[in-house]
Amino acid sequence: MTLAVSVQHKLSGFDLDVTFEAPPGITVLFGRSGAGKTTIVNAVAGLLKPDGGRVAADDLVLFDIENDLWLPPHKRRLGYVFQDARLFPHLSVRQNLLYGRWFAPGTEPRGSFDQIIEMLGIEDLLKRRPAALSGGEKQRVAIGRALLANPKLILADEPLSSLDDARKSDILPYFERLRDETKIPILYVSHAATEVARIATSVVALEKGRVTRQGPAADVLSDLSVAPLGVRATGSMIEAVVKSHHSDGLSALATEGTQLLVPRVDHPIGTKLRVWIGAQDVMVATSRPNGISALNVLEVEIKELRLGSGPGVMVQLSFGASLLLARITRRSADALALEPGQTVYAVIKAVSVPRDAIGDAPSPR
Amino acid sequence: MTDWLGPDEWRAVALSLKVSFWATLCSLPLGLWVAYVLARREFMGKQLLNGIVHLPLILPPVVTGYLLLTTFGTQAPVGGMLQSLGVVFAFRWTGAALAAAIMAFPLMVRAIRLSIEAVDPKLEQAASTLGASGVWVFLTVTLPLILPGILAGAILAFAKAMGEFGATITFVSNIPGQTQTVPSAIYAFLQVPGGETSVWRLVIVSVIIAMSALLLSEWLARRAKRRLGA
Repeated sequence: MTLAVSVQHKLSGFDLDVTFEAPPGITVLFGRSGAGKTTIVNAVAGLLKPDGGRVAADDLVLFDIENDLWLPPHKRRLGYVFQDARLFPHLSVRQNLLYGRWFAPGTEPRGSFDQIIEMLGIEDLLKRRPAALSGGEKQRVAIGRALLANPKLILADEPLSSLDDARKSDILPYFERLRDETKIPILYVSHAATEVARIATSVVALEKGRVTRQGPAADVLSDLSVAPLGVRATGSMIEAVVKSHHSDGLSALATEGTQLLVPRVDHPIGTKLRVWIGAQDVMVATSRPNGISALNVLEVEIKELRLGSGPGVMVQLSFGASLLLARITRRSADALALEPGQTVYAVIKAVSVPRDAIGDAPSPR
Repeated sequence: MTDWLGPDEWRAVALSLKVSFWATLCSLPLGLWVAYVLARREFMGKQLLNGIVHLPLILPPVVTGYLLLTTFGTQAPVGGMLQSLGVVFAFRWTGAALAAAIMAFPLMVRAIRLSIEAVDPKLEQAASTLGASGVWVFLTVTLPLILPGILAGAILAFAKAMGEFGATITFVSNIPGQTQTVPSAIYAFLQVPGGETSVWRLVIVSVIIAMSALLLSEWLARRAKRRLGA
């Protein structure tokens, strides 16, 4: 199922006007706070009536303002995971989980109750009240509640932003599994590049209410013209396969005929992974450096250079079919006389790849 | 208790309980609706509605009683119409209940409105995305969350109804067994020589009922708080 979204709405400061499609898998709405991401999701959910637009999930039209069609939220068959879990405080965890199912009678559950609570690891929480749960537990229950409503579409509005890093890496794998194991489109709002790199099937980059770029995650993230969060948070995403684990705390990944050493990952050998590499963590050398502590030196070709307004230059590098971004100073770019087409070496420190920037790649359906 | 209280005193206590009970019960649905509308809806004349609801709180009770008499008296248009339908308020216990309900209404609405305003609308939104229609959202989320507020409002209204004097005596007079509630009885006993002992017994009963209501509402509030784990 594919979700076709078109929303026009007047916001304070700018007009929101977006059109995009969300295929099965996770479509991430990616942009700064205030870019209009939540407005789009709330319009899809029916919690906000936009000035114009149309949203349809295959044949089911959720709304069509021009034709005066508006399905109320409770008829849209959604699973909405909010930023704040919004569990019902007067109900137990079990009652919270079953709340949506109660209103979706006669529908074949997508996953059984037991399967879903096992996947989320919340078996021991069922009798508790939401007030007795930690932030991560609440969010897992909220995900379970959305799934058990048997939705045709899942919406997630920065579901991890209220959690600390450890809890984030607990919950991200559940979204990876959702992406790979269900056929429902998931619209996911985020402003964290590593999160996007890990889970997105496709990315819709937003800036001030406009779509600046949409497409497969790897393409959008390593596009020089798209830096929705500013250059500091820019990076590229590459796919790699776990080749070997080493006793000194590193894992070797194979990508595009070359090897990448990263901090030890838990995934078994042969697993296809996604790795996000920050542009700030990549150095460029014109000759293969010797006597250097950095473990990863890749032979790459310069595709494009883009000058920023500050002292920096963003360099897009290609190796095989993959793209890498490097952010260096303009002074260095001039000193090295970098230009498109040139073959150079990209230097990446293994320790600069954070553990939470590595996750399962989407498995083919 | 009937042995300890004289027959007139007992009749007054029983009548007050009956009047307050029905006044509270019958005004509760309307109070809930008005509180909900005031808390959650924006409409023309909202301030006017709010003013009308609060009027009995600010007006001298005698004025409210007189307005009731001129509206629901058997000679009055509304009263006459209701009389032809078999409903009579004037000089009946039902009139005492109506007067008590109107006087207690602002307190009830205020308590319920506060509890509705304390419910996060985001929870109601979450329920609607999970498939609950407006009515179901209210029944399964809003109502359980405001139940303590409803109970507090009802208890407050009941206590207020028990003490209502000015509007009641103006509207339905002071007929023993018919419209003589505890405050009216206290007033009547004060007018006769040697009535002090009766007055004291009624005062003690009033204090006990008021304290019980207060303790009950405190206990309910604590229990609700614990249940929500707040």
